[in-house]
Amino acid sequence: MATHTLAVLVENSPGVLARVASLFSRRGYNIDSLAVGPTENPKVSRMTIVLNLEGHALDQVSAQLFKLVNVIGIAEMKDLDSLKREILLVKVANSAATKEIVKKHNAVIADESKATISIEAVGQSNAIESLLNDLKPHGIRELVQSGLVALERGDKTLAEATLSTMGTANESDSNSSTADYQN
Amino acid sequence: MSKINGAQSLVNALEAAGVEVMFGIPGGAILPAYDPIFDSKIRHILVRHEQGAGHAATGYAQATGRVGVCIATSGPGATNLVTPLADAQMDSVPIVAITGQVPGPAIGTDAFQEADIRGVTMPITKHNYLITDPNDIPKAIAEAFHIASTGRPGPVLVDIAKDALQKESTFNYPHVVSLSGYNPVLEPKVEAVRDAAALIAQSKKPVLYVGGGVIKAQASAELMQLAQVTGAPVVTTLMARGAFPDSHQQHLGMPGMHGTVAAVTALQKADLLITLGARFDDRVTGKLSTFAQNAKIIHADIDPAEIGKNRHADVALIGDLKNTLAVLVPATKVALAKSAPDITPWLNEVYGWRKKFPLGYDKPADGSVSPQHVIERIGKISGPDTIFTAGVGQHQMWASQFIGYEKPRTWLNSGGLGTMGYAVPAAMGAKVGAPDSTVWAIDGDGCFQMTNQELVTCALNNIPIKVAVINNESLGMVRQWQTLFYNQRYSNTDLHSKRVPDFKLLAEAMGCVGLRCEKSEDVDKTIEAAMAINDRPVVVDFNVHRDAMVWPMVAAGTSNDDITVARSMAPVWDSQEL
Repeated sequence: MATHTLAVLVENSPGVLARVASLFSRRGYNIDSLAVGPTENPKVSRMTIVLNLEGHALDQVSAQLFKLVNVIGIAEMKDLDSLKREILLVKVANSAATKEIVKKHNAVIADESKATISIEAVGQSNAIESLLNDLKPHGIRELVQSGLVALERGDKTLAEATLSTMGTANESDSNSSTADYQN
Repeated sequence: MSKINGAQSLVNALEAAGVEVMFGIPGGAILPAYDPIFDSKIRHILVRHEQGAGHAATGYAQATGRVGVCIATSGPGATNLVTPLADAQMDSVPIVAITGQVPGPAIGTDAFQEADIRGVTMPITKHNYLITDPNDIPKAIAEAFHIASTGRPGPVLVDIAKDALQKESTFNYPHVVSLSGYNPVLEPKVEAVRDAAALIAQSKKPVLYVGGGVIKAQASAELMQLAQVTGAPVVTTLMARGAFPDSHQQHLGMPGMHGTVAAVTALQKADLLITLGARFDDRVTGKLSTFAQNAKIIHADIDPAEIGKNRHADVALIGDLKNTLAVLVPATKVALAKSAPDITPWLNEVYGWRKKFPLGYDKPADGSVSPQHVIERIGKISGPDTIFTAGVGQHQMWASQFIGYEKPRTWLNSGGLGTMGYAVPAAMGAKVGAPDSTVWAIDGDGCFQMTNQELVTCALNNIPIKVAVINNESLGMVRQWQTLFYNQRYSNTDLHSKRVPDFKLLAEAMGCVGLRCEKSEDVDKTIEAAMAINDRPVVVDFNVHRDAMVWPMVAAGTSNDDITVARSMAPVWDSQEL
């Protein structure tokens, strides 16, 4: 199964994260990652959800998510049309070998002590994975990842597509792959 | 604008929303609201259990098409609403539940009678609110009624902190509600309508698969037009009984686990299902992978998430069904004028099945009362203007099978959640909403013992419903499954309800008239005696044969092809039919 990335604009209201999480739990959808944060509009938050699902199931997730009253718009962030980034913070032993790996991957040493270094890396999922693979043989003390965030390339914005055309809701075409849910 | 407290603001908002009646019970956290309720023109009916308030709101909504309202206090008051909220969510019933919450500063401290009812009801409501600022009350109420009653209807809960009810506020009710994340699609796409009409014009074996959405959308007249234009046979699901007249020659009855052979088989053998406000529920489809394998699917629904949820749709018509049918009927006429395949052989086949495999039942050999006969006679004697409610189980299936429904909103039951105990409080709500209609609750002795205390409410508030307790002294449907699938090991299904309680005395203790019928020859006159009582609720204890079973049956998880008309008895088909 391939992963799919959904960008979801939600009203910045209490409980909205719980609603989304409850929906995923109740319908048995598994989330690879979920990142949520504020947007340019204080009334709107944006979630980036990475899912391991195929065509029909993905359509169902989108349709069910869109039914939530606090969900304003949904779009799939396809690889070619979007920027996707993750943040990794990882603590490893302070050694010449680990520092060499940092250099090789254009990562940053964000904190250093005698025994350890904490590495900061921002990049696409495969770059992060590659860095981690190189570090693994040297022992990973601890790591934390942000989950993926994604933004459409070019001039188009999801906010424009969803917020400015309120009231002209679209519908899911039963034969389509994931339709973009917008009001 | 003058200052009023949040409680007065709540009551003003409910009045502005057009509420005429609400069902509830006061308690600590909601108490501030009950003071202005005392002076309000809204009728408040004091129930005996919050679950009764919730189902009454549902019965009221199902009978009238208006939003039903229930109100309860925090904690246990609110959690007692959980079952009716889940019930209304499954059956898409527009209700608004108001609950009191502990004061804002106490929220999250495990205060007395605190329950996170917003969190609890998130997955079983269409939407819900927790209000801690009195200024937010009118807007939340306006939104709640808008969300409950538009799009695919459903329950909305508004939880209000006690201090928000007590604090001063100004009343400002928004008459237009605008929600950026909620804009139901009302009109189907033109191309989809054309595609649907084209599929209909190619079909040699069409069936109109009618669900409860037709009733919610008040689209029975439009459905009749489509039936006339296409000539296709019609099946009405458990939630759709009454959407199309049972007496109509194109009607095959109910599909599903206990559907008619004709309805079940017509869906199985069709080449096109014109699905209207139905959701391919497992009780209709049987084993999904074997359901209507040769059929193309037109799926009309207001909820885009229903399209393709269980069964792929070849054409999706997303929109309000009344609007959809209004454009589908003329489009179908045009398409059929160009090419109309002869569906006569198909009609001969399905009507042949209907004739050959009618619904029926055996009279018990020992002369005891047949439950199907009782229900059939209530239907006949009370007539098609009656509103019937049912609990869940054998009596519900028989009430669906053996009463003829001619009009929408005359059959109310718990289809999706299957809530035992629905009948009495739902009948109470229906009677309040439609006081001029006769309302019969067809209940089982198991169901009746879950919610009968609302008969006290009925007796005290002049709500003269009629209750038929189909007393087979057991949890009949569970017992039927034990008979069929558990070697007649009747584990915990014997209720002894012909011994205890005495339903006649119980009814009388609650201020109702109690009647009992133990002999076949007394059935009609007992029903007539009940019909003659209009000043009080009446309960009839029909002592019936306990081994009667619901047939036909498609066992859970099996294919609709394996329908049985009696125990281990498949329909006997003519060879050319297979």
